[in-house]
Amino acid sequence: MVIIGGGPAGLAAALEAKRYGINEKEILIVERERELGGILNQCIHAGFGIHIFEEDLTGPEYASRFIRRVREEKIEYILDSMVLSISDNKIIKIITVVSPELGLCKIEAKAVILAMGCRERTRGALNIPGTRPAGILTAGTAQRFVNIEGYMPGREVVILGSGDIGLIMARRMTLEGAKVKAVCEIMPYSNGLARNIAQCLGDFDIPLKLSHTVVQINGRDRLESVVIAKVDENFKPVAETREVIECDTLLLSVGLIPENELTAEANITLDNITSGAVVDETLMTSADGIFACGNVLHVHDLVDFVTGEGYKAGRAAAEYIIENIGNAKTGAPGASRPTVGTVGIEIVPGEGVRYVVPQRVNLKNLKSSDKFLFRVNNIYRNCKIILKADDYIIYSRKKIKVMPSEMESIEIGEDILSRLYKLNNINNLEICLEK
Amino acid sequence: MEISETKILICVTCPVGCEMTVEYKNKDLISVTGNNCKRGEKYASNEIVNPRRVLTSTVILSGAKIKLMPVKTDKPIAKDKIFEAMREINKIKIEAPVKMGDVLRRDFTEQGINLVAGRDA
Ligand SMILES: Cc1cc2nc3c(=O)[nH]c(=O)nc-3n(C[C@H](O)[C@H](O)[C@H](O)COP(=O)(O)OP(=O)(O)OC[C@H]3O[C@@H](n4cnc5c(N)ncnc54)[C@H](O)[C@@H]3O)c2cc1C
Ligand code: SF4
Repeated sequence: MVIIGGGPAGLAAALEAKRYGINEKEILIVERERELGGILNQCIHAGFGIHIFEEDLTGPEYASRFIRRVREEKIEYILDSMVLSISDNKIIKIITVVSPELGLCKIEAKAVILAMGCRERTRGALNIPGTRPAGILTAGTAQRFVNIEGYMPGREVVILGSGDIGLIMARRMTLEGAKVKAVCEIMPYSNGLARNIAQCLGDFDIPLKLSHTVVQINGRDRLESVVIAKVDENFKPVAETREVIECDTLLLSVGLIPENELTAEANITLDNITSGAVVDETLMTSADGIFACGNVLHVHDLVDFVTGEGYKAGRAAAEYIIENIGNAKTGAPGASRPTVGTVGIEIVPGEGVRYVVPQRVNLKNLKSSDKFLFRVNNIYRNCKIILKADDYIIYSRKKIKVMPSEMESIEIGEDILSRLYKLNNINNLEICLEK
Repeated sequence: MEISETKILICVTCPVGCEMTVEYKNKDLISVTGNNCKRGEKYASNEIVNPRRVLTSTVILSGAKIKLMPVKTDKPIAKDKIFEAMREINKIKIEAPVKMGDVLRRDFTEQGINLVAGRDA
């Protein structure tokens, strides 16, 4: 088994694969950085692990717990090693890796787990008129500078976008002596967690300007100021509201996007909304034996859910390998499991819902421990989350408030399973909101 | 007669981030609504009397693969001591080897609170 990416998703997948019967020598984690742990190494703030450990850990602490376990279990990993491509001959997958130690090499695997995480979007911020001076960078790059390299990218800061990394960096740079003058968010609501708005902006009196964007950038070599303006319902800046803010740094925190170049090149079907692979309830992609978990599948706000997804992919990939070995022994042909997209039914995002993961399920394989994860498309108050099988309501739950920045879930459980089993010939499932 | 005040507070104890309506008089809590669990109530009463936060930062590290050691206070510190604490943290220089949880400063900002290392190096 080859696991691409040694962040929390990949680490969890490796541990669970071993627990479900794959020998530690048969598992390989390939990580392109010089350390395991993924993005968590630069997330020095607290707020990780509340669900899994019932403790409020920092990113490095959370990562360390899993790295220690991977070492104790003697699971193999290679660092400084970047996967360049995956080619899929159905039964055996070939992973091409480049690393200083091994050079360019090919690794064969029966199952592959994609755990490459995500990267920051910069698009959208790029069409701001004006000059292109130094001092404009993504919030995640700034986080790396401050927390890993020990270098402050600037003193007077404006942040465009209110994603969590931007909010976290507003606080971090304030603590290190910078003045954060404003966080501008084009939407009428923030995409960050409510707690981050409270403890990163509220605590330090940093203004959050909703329905605002940066309309101009000024400065020759170094950024000198930005012009911000309020936007109307069509996101068009209103000229009379233009305001100049002097600053030497503009941080962009306009969202994350799953890192799926490898996936696309391997001809694995992607979901247009999540930008991650389309998967079934075992997290298997459209390629037989290739699984996906963590931020490469869809962007998560909580690492606990990433770990949970990693465990699930690790177990499913282990079972896949073991089943196939069993089949090889008894002489049965190839993979016993049906491929995503060929069988199973679709889970459709209905009214108010942006996406659902998994996108497809094989009902007979659904377990009571499975869950459907989804995001809503706007802020709604006093609504109901509903799961329907065709037009029949299987489950519903009241919510005081739902918002796009917080992932929702429906845990399957015995109840839902037994209701689903009672129905015959379901054509599709739907998750929707009733306002 | 004193009248009570009402405030909207976001509980930051866990990522759910409940929006709570808090009614209080002087520094006494009268009622809390909107919290999903008991910890929200505790947060609200602390927030009115003595708001506290866990502080995380980095200190300069030598003799290891990494240049900075992430650190945190092992308990929340008084919110109004945060900048003073940052000035202290920025003076600290440590040397490898360090183990996760090692105490770097005892009785940090107040008795019983320690500044600890956030990973092995
Ligand atoms: C700034 C920030 C703040 C956050 N704050 C919180 C928080 O307060 N609380 C919380 O619970 N969660 C938080 N999260 C979310 C959580 O940290 C992430 O969801 C989680 O780390 C994602 O894990 P992952 O394993 O999917 O991805 P990552 O951690 O990104 O790991 C992916 C790994 O894959 C490697 N990789 C990628 N491509 C290749 C390749 N081709 N070859 C080899 N290796 C490759 C990368 O180097 C990386 O190490 C935050 C996230 C960010 C970015
Ligand atoms: S009230 Fe409870 S559930 Fe809500 S944010 Fe606070 S700790 Fe979390």
